[in-house]
Amino acid sequence: MIRVDDLSHAYDDELVLTDVTLRLPRGQVTALVGPNGAGKSTLLSAMARLLSPDSGRVLVDELAVADAPADVVARRLAVLRQDNRVAARLTVLDLVRFGRFPYCQGRLRQEDHRVVAECLDYVQLGELRDRYLDQLSGGQRQRAFIAMVLAQETDYLLLDEPLNNLDMAHATAAMQLVRRAAEELGRTVVVVLHDINMASCYADRIVGMREGRVTVQGTPAEVMREEVLSDLFGLTIPVHRVGGHLVGMHWAPGPVPAAAG
Amino acid sequence: MLLAVVSVLSLSIGVVPIPPADLLSPTPQQWQLLTVSRIPRLLAVLLAGAAMSVAGLIMQRITQNSFVSPSTSGTVEAAVLGVLMATLLLPGASLTAKMAVAIVTAVLGTLVFLQLLQHIRYQDPVVVALVGLMYGGVISAVTVFLAYQRDLLQLLEIWQTGSFSAVLAGQYEPLYLVLVVGALGYLFADRFTVVGMGREFATNLGVRYTAVLYTGLVVVSVMGAVVVVVVGAIPFLGLIVPNVVSLFLGDHIRRTLPATALAGAGFVLGCDVVGRTIRFPYEIPVATVAGVIGAGVFVWLILRAAQRTAP
Repeated sequence: MIRVDDLSHAYDDELVLTDVTLRLPRGQVTALVGPNGAGKSTLLSAMARLLSPDSGRVLVDELAVADAPADVVARRLAVLRQDNRVAARLTVLDLVRFGRFPYCQGRLRQEDHRVVAECLDYVQLGELRDRYLDQLSGGQRQRAFIAMVLAQETDYLLLDEPLNNLDMAHATAAMQLVRRAAEELGRTVVVVLHDINMASCYADRIVGMREGRVTVQGTPAEVMREEVLSDLFGLTIPVHRVGGHLVGMHWAPGPVPAAAG
Repeated sequence: MLLAVVSVLSLSIGVVPIPPADLLSPTPQQWQLLTVSRIPRLLAVLLAGAAMSVAGLIMQRITQNSFVSPSTSGTVEAAVLGVLMATLLLPGASLTAKMAVAIVTAVLGTLVFLQLLQHIRYQDPVVVALVGLMYGGVISAVTVFLAYQRDLLQLLEIWQTGSFSAVLAGQYEPLYLVLVVGALGYLFADRFTVVGMGREFATNLGVRYTAVLYTGLVVVSVMGAVVVVVVGAIPFLGLIVPNVVSLFLGDHIRRTLPATALAGAGFVLGCDVVGRTIRFPYEIPVATVAGVIGAGVFVWLILRAAQRTAP
């Protein structure tokens, strides 16, 4: 379980997280949703100790991520940020091998090579393993980075807007990959998403944030309701049941309710 | 292979030529010439060439900028300032002591540049390179002013313009220090590559970003300072060699470091042999030859980068 206790953080005196307390159970896919500037990415960064919050703490299975040894945390949780601009010319294989760094410090053993090969196959990049990252399409590159964090073999996987810049087909493929990682590999996934319908279809649990606070959380059935969504996004979003899924038609909103401003 | 051929050439060329055939069974006289001058010179060339290139490689990766190198970021200039200050303030100091001062100033000079980098608004690689050149120019101006006041301009020339003509046995040995730090650099190869992917990427993998960055900084500064003190600055070397190697082998330091060291050694050796032959029996400093060739390659690399960013 990921425990977030009283987390607050400010950038230049502007509060981006205010007393966030959260419990995320193991073995589930949790989606973080909310409007821009709600603090989703900041919360994810704090969970992954990429940012040290002004106050509060994050425990992952009783391990305090901010204070624990860096390599211990790296074997417990892996994080993928949204901006994976490639500053270096590395091959897909180089990148995925780095996922084993917390285990072997760069000297891969047989076990590490096996995991790397499995992860490459898992994201279907086995054939492109010797390509340079800058020769891949956006979708392929995103899969290569996902393979790297999978190769870290962590119980927890934190993904910050992994669907950014992906077209519909690639975005769907990436979410299916995330779903399978949870079901087949038993990973606990926390994923920041912009599209509430992706959250509704692929997450077990949705956490809604607005202005630095968690305003709502629950199963997709509990969160995908017109009054909840209009509170969260300040937009009337008609919700319909389509093929067993709750779908919010955010592209065809109703009038903005006065209460949400 | 090519390196071996040019090495043999380097041993035979000189005011007193030694035919390559004699290298295997030299006369006592030839043997003395070889051990006192030619072999030390060859080793110094190889070590210095490899060191400056590897220093450039590590620097480019940890700063994520392919136009950064010890000679375009103030490292070399700060080392020259350091050795000059050591000469002025501690006249009786040994070469080792002067080198230690140069290492310290090189670390400081590079540190200031890295701080400067974080405040530049345009992180365009070419802009960063130009800022580095200007920064180096400022440090050099201070150095030249100090040297001018103390009438040491000629001495300054020795450090600012790298040349192997004065390399003799008993004088170049501090260069072996670069082998030690080079080995340290190879040990850290994977960490440097990981750090080159960015702070968050490194943190995720449990790599301590800041610690690795400073390790790299020290490795680069020691290499730069040692070469400056023993043979003098060789321009463009740390810039062009790693970039050309990266075109073929990518950016994984574990893979590119040995190739970069070999290519750097070969390039400087080539420049040295050329410098010794075109005005025979006089010598043109290796820095001049490397500067002419290096400037051309540098312009080509910049144009290439400009084309790729603005298609």
